[in-house]
Amino acid sequence: MEKAIRIDGLNVYYETFHALKNIQIEALPARAITALIGPSGCGKSTFLRTINRMNDLVPGSRVDGKIIINGVDIYDQQVDVEALRKKIGMVFQQPNPFPKSIYDNIAFGPRLHGVTKKSELDEIVESSLRQAALWDEVKDKLKKMAYDISGGQQQRLCIARAIAVNPEILLMDEATSALDPISTIKIEELAQELKSKYTIIMVTHNMHQAARASDHTGFFLNGELVEFATTEQLFSNPGDERTESYITGRFG
Amino acid sequence: MNLKIRRAQNKMFEFLFILALSIAMLVLLVLLVQIVIDALPRLSMQFVTSFPSSEPSEAGIYPALIGTLYVIGIMTPIAFFIGTGAAIYLEEFSKKNALNSFIQLNIRTLAGVPSIVYGILGLTIFVRGAEFGASLISGAFTMTLLVLPIIIVAAQEAIRAVPRARREAALALGATKWQTVARAVLPSAVPGILTGMILAVSRAIGETAPLIMIGAFTFVAFLPESLTDSFTVLPIQFFNWIARPQDEYHELAASGILILLLVLISLNITAVWLRNKYQKRI
Repeated sequence: MEKAIRIDGLNVYYETFHALKNIQIEALPARAITALIGPSGCGKSTFLRTINRMNDLVPGSRVDGKIIINGVDIYDQQVDVEALRKKIGMVFQQPNPFPKSIYDNIAFGPRLHGVTKKSELDEIVESSLRQAALWDEVKDKLKKMAYDISGGQQQRLCIARAIAVNPEILLMDEATSALDPISTIKIEELAQELKSKYTIIMVTHNMHQAARASDHTGFFLNGELVEFATTEQLFSNPGDERTESYITGRFG
Repeated sequence: MNLKIRRAQNKMFEFLFILALSIAMLVLLVLLVQIVIDALPRLSMQFVTSFPSSEPSEAGIYPALIGTLYVIGIMTPIAFFIGTGAAIYLEEFSKKNALNSFIQLNIRTLAGVPSIVYGILGLTIFVRGAEFGASLISGAFTMTLLVLPIIIVAAQEAIRAVPRARREAALALGATKWQTVARAVLPSAVPGILTGMILAVSRAIGETAPLIMIGAFTFVAFLPESLTDSFTVLPIQFFNWIARPQDEYHELAASGILILLLVLISLNITAVWLRNKYQKRI
């Protein structure tokens, strides 16, 4: 197993609230899907947002510990946060396309990073939309507003937008929770395709989704990472009784 | 409560709201009709292109109209850039601390300060301090100060109304703060900012007191040729005419007011057109 990320003694505080407690993950696998599960407020979204340092934006938040990607601690002073976020794409709970055309949504990221040539942008737009399994549905209406397509399509558009800057890691923060079941399945299938190229980490409140769509699963409870294992093992033979209680539906 | 009472209540409130609107519209209509009746005998192209004169039949508003357009023309771009810039800083870059809240409170208070106070400020800073004298540029700068709080508050609200999800989307793609503001926030905030500009310009066009304070002339028989020339604006011209006893002058004032309304409406239409143009992209 190739490892993408190592987490070493990660703590996150919001003012005085201790949101993540000494998280330790030896090897978060590359080119695979890792699901993060746990009840509301357990810290799984906070954890996800520490990986691309989106948590920096929360006033009063503080991080200590290390997150090591490609041998570099991303909380090191030297790290260029913008370059880091370019390498780590993120898809949010609600589809959040810009109020621009489908084309301009995908081109937004590449343009930020200096791509201006039309032919180059065209190519990125097409390949990103193809990877997000959206090309055939929108290829004739690239100039249309992104809001004119369905919610599920918008979410795949957001995935395409994230892919367009050529990231290594894709973070999905409950990316299907605002979608209908069919759109949800499409996104899950898409994730399966994308994992050959990207390391995917998804937060989900839906245990069944974690069970059917992920390779590894981490279970969070009250800011602690209770268990991190292969999905098969975690769901069939959990090592901690709190995990077992949660996955058998005794709480949460 | 039973359905009948609730429906009656509904009807009653609907009626009250229509009544409120009707009263407002009626007053405005009476005012407009009165002005148009007074204005018609004097209204002509010659009235617009003539200088003021002691002979009412030859008097016109040309220098005042040009003065107003100059003042607005200088004020609008300056106020737009400074106002929007300040709003962007306050909303997007500054730390949310006690100093920031204190500044916010002050800006909101300034928006309600009587305009004559800005006149005193302009007199001290621009006319005397910077030695611009009672000139066009003093007037335009004083007006800029006057409308800045309005623009800042409106722009802040427009920026704040842009959903956080849009900022996050840009930041997560590796945008810097400025790229996020310029490419994801401002395009969505432009309609709101322009609405603030419309209000500000409309307010400035009608202001008289601060310009009298800084020494704008009430009788000008020439056009300002440079920024340091003295000037007058439409409302001051009307004030001058209305203060005279003869009816002819009152008619002149009414005609002038009609022209001012036309200027105001055409400026607003331009701004609304600009706003809608941007809104389509939202």
